[in-house]
Amino acid sequence: MTRAATNNYLNPAELGLVGVLGAAFLACTLATARAIDPGFGFHAGLFAAASAAGIVALIERARRGLNQPVPAEIDGRPNYNLGVVKFGVAAAMFWGVAGFLVGVVIALQLWAPSLNLGLEWTSFGRLRPLHTSAVIFAFGGNVLIATSFYVVQKTCRVRLAGDLAPWFVMLGYNFFIVVAGTGYLLGITQSKEYAEPEWYADLWLTLVWVVYLLVFLATIWRRKEPHIFVANWFYLAFIVTIAMLHIVNNLAMPVSVFGSKSYPIFSGVQDALIQWWYGHNAVGFFLTAGFLAIMYYFIPKRAERPIYSYRLSIIHFWALIFMYIWAGPHHLHYTALPDWAQTLGMTFSIMLWMPSWGGMINGLMTLSGAWDKLRTDPVLRLMVVSLAFYGMSTFEGPMMSIKAVNSLSHYTDWTIGHVHSGALGWVAYISFGAIYCLVPWLWNRRELYSLKLVEWHFWISTLGIVLYISSMWVAGIMQGLMWRAYNALGFLEYSFVETVEAMQPYYLVRALGGVLFLIGALIMVYNLVMTVRGREAELALRPLGPALQPSLVPAE
Amino acid sequence: MSYEFASSFAQTSGLLYFVGMFGAALLYALWPRNRERFDAASRMPLSEE
Amino acid sequence: MSSANAIWKKHEFFEKHSIILLIGILIVVAIGGLIEIVPLFYLKSTVEKVEGMRPYTPLELAGRNIYIREGCYLCHSQMIRPMRDEIERYGHFSLAAESMYDHPFQWGSKRTGPDLARVGGKYSDEWHREHLKDPRSVVPTSIMPAYPWLTKPLDTHAVAADLKANQRIGVPYTDEMILKARSDLLTQADPDDAAMDEFQKRYPGALPRDAGPARKQPTELDALVAYLQVLGTMVDFKLYDAKKNLR
Repeated sequence: MTRAATNNYLNPAELGLVGVLGAAFLACTLATARAIDPGFGFHAGLFAAASAAGIVALIERARRGLNQPVPAEIDGRPNYNLGVVKFGVAAAMFWGVAGFLVGVVIALQLWAPSLNLGLEWTSFGRLRPLHTSAVIFAFGGNVLIATSFYVVQKTCRVRLAGDLAPWFVMLGYNFFIVVAGTGYLLGITQSKEYAEPEWYADLWLTLVWVVYLLVFLATIWRRKEPHIFVANWFYLAFIVTIAMLHIVNNLAMPVSVFGSKSYPIFSGVQDALIQWWYGHNAVGFFLTAGFLAIMYYFIPKRAERPIYSYRLSIIHFWALIFMYIWAGPHHLHYTALPDWAQTLGMTFSIMLWMPSWGGMINGLMTLSGAWDKLRTDPVLRLMVVSLAFYGMSTFEGPMMSIKAVNSLSHYTDWTIGHVHSGALGWVAYISFGAIYCLVPWLWNRRELYSLKLVEWHFWISTLGIVLYISSMWVAGIMQGLMWRAYNALGFLEYSFVETVEAMQPYYLVRALGGVLFLIGALIMVYNLVMTVRGREAELALRPLGPALQPSLVPAE
Repeated sequence: MSYEFASSFAQTSGLLYFVGMFGAALLYALWPRNRERFDAASRMPLSEE
Repeated sequence: MSSANAIWKKHEFFEKHSIILLIGILIVVAIGGLIEIVPLFYLKSTVEKVEGMRPYTPLELAGRNIYIREGCYLCHSQMIRPMRDEIERYGHFSLAAESMYDHPFQWGSKRTGPDLARVGGKYSDEWHREHLKDPRSVVPTSIMPAYPWLTKPLDTHAVAADLKANQRIGVPYTDEMILKARSDLLTQADPDDAAMDEFQKRYPGALPRDAGPARKQPTELDALVAYLQVLGTMVDFKLYDAKKNLR
């Protein structure tokens, strides 16, 4: 230790990494020069720049003597690795605001098409994947990686495994987001919804994801606590299953190793089923299992109550991961997919209702004996409302998977409304709650800058969600009914463009809902920045409930 | 695979398989000796330093 | 902890051994996918027997790639469901066979605009060109974005490589088609081209598209229109036996 402290050289592992990055830099520079399309050249250049930045960062780290071994424990307490979690939280908020903003833009484009600006890079078709990827993978993904790195350390009572590996995962994942996002704007897409990035971005993500799995598993292997906490089960299911789905759905044949275009190896009906097996389980394992893991740690922690029924959590864990994987075909009802597969998908989708509600009930009942906290703690309220939205959208989902209902709802904006009740109400709210908890813990602050501002955030964004989903319900059902309406003479009553005209007021209300949600997120960013800067707004007004006492700020 | 085959498979082997899986999860969750451990685990987020 | 430790040793399963937990999760989540997906590959009844399906011509394939690049699938489905209103509005319901050469499929999930599975032949090339450049000039209340940048010349230098990649993953492009890919692309864009007969022999039923003044240098717009005009037109429904293909 003493000898190492004076040594400012790269250690062998770092030297090896510099070598790998150097080789990557050369290969990517070569690829830039030989690129057959400008988009690929740009991305190869990005990869080269990232490799160079990695080398500079490693050398700079060593020069400052920051690459010395870190003790796993200090005074008998685990020396938790919180730097990487802090980065993830900040990245999540950045991408969240960006993603919500793009969502507002494309919502307004549907109301006023002139907002497409007649430019390639700003047209709806390129911005929509940017919106979905920014909110699901950039915002949601950073929340998941950051919270999983936090929760696995805390519940295993051990420092995160690896020194550079967690940073590789965090920075590598965010680099993937940059490649994917810029690609959409340049028109680089595989056109598989929620799996749009092209082959080279997919390969990069696969590498990052494998390291993520290893860091997570290695931390569990070193744990001081004999039992693996249930949140880690959910995180593990999320990581493993996403790896499987990502690899299978993205199997593709590149046109050239120096070009961005590739052709998926599956075609037609097979491709459709594999895509929606992926698509639905991205919902099931990314947006559900991962965020249930957050729920199982942060709600008990914030409410200071044990999990209502640990047994229920085990049963609904296995039931949930078992059933979700079958539900994909409900995205393909009445299509050219064989009937037996549609029926199978519908059956499992309906059965999913139960394990989903198992999670909701367990979360809500964890508050038994602490319901009064909902009055005083807006952060807890945010998380409890997220469970209510979770319950609502996991009831609506199975209902929409019934073929008769689906025949009306499919292809309409009802689906968009359903997705957003889950995405805004459940995923974003539980994330907001977790981040509001995490920021004071990570930066060693007594509490948030202002709970009042959390109240404002809560009410403004809830109003936004209500406007969003109710306008899309009405619009979607109206759209579905107009498409199938017949007049007295037995002809179709409406031309398609008449149904488009009828949507206009609802599209405006939806955009307004999105604006409110965005304003709420901006209030949150302000609140968090002030918290990190060590400010407290309303000291005198604050009730000193146990949750707010400094003794509960976790030691570093 | 026809609808008939899928449904007969689902109603026999498939059903047994699911009931078996569910039974195993249930057994593990409700096993009396696991109770103490699960009670401790449910307090895990609260008991850290 | 000592009494607890004694219990741990007896039946610690999933939680003591994270690898077993990992394998348990993998088995559980893999089964559903396998049972649903694998049969689609070996069951003959998944894709119907039809007459007329052929791979896309080089010009159509280039247009399809532009359709994908611009994200058209986000607002337009290509999958007509077997319901009275859809059949009356769009035409015969879509068959699995009609997308058998589609890497990737373009069935879509949303109809902000109408279904395009059988849009081929419904409008003139000129209408499509106007509509893509400025949708509101032909449909005043349309909310579709305008695509003025599609008037730039089509990049054709990699078209043979595109066909080759498709051949590698099972689309029946012959070596001759790959060899002639670029000239076939130009031939289809020029109705007066001398090689038209030869081209149509390679791609039965493919129609020449008039790229107008840009014949010798078709634009992205010309390619996209060629793709739109072939959608849903390949299968001959006079020869299609629905009873034989009951699934």
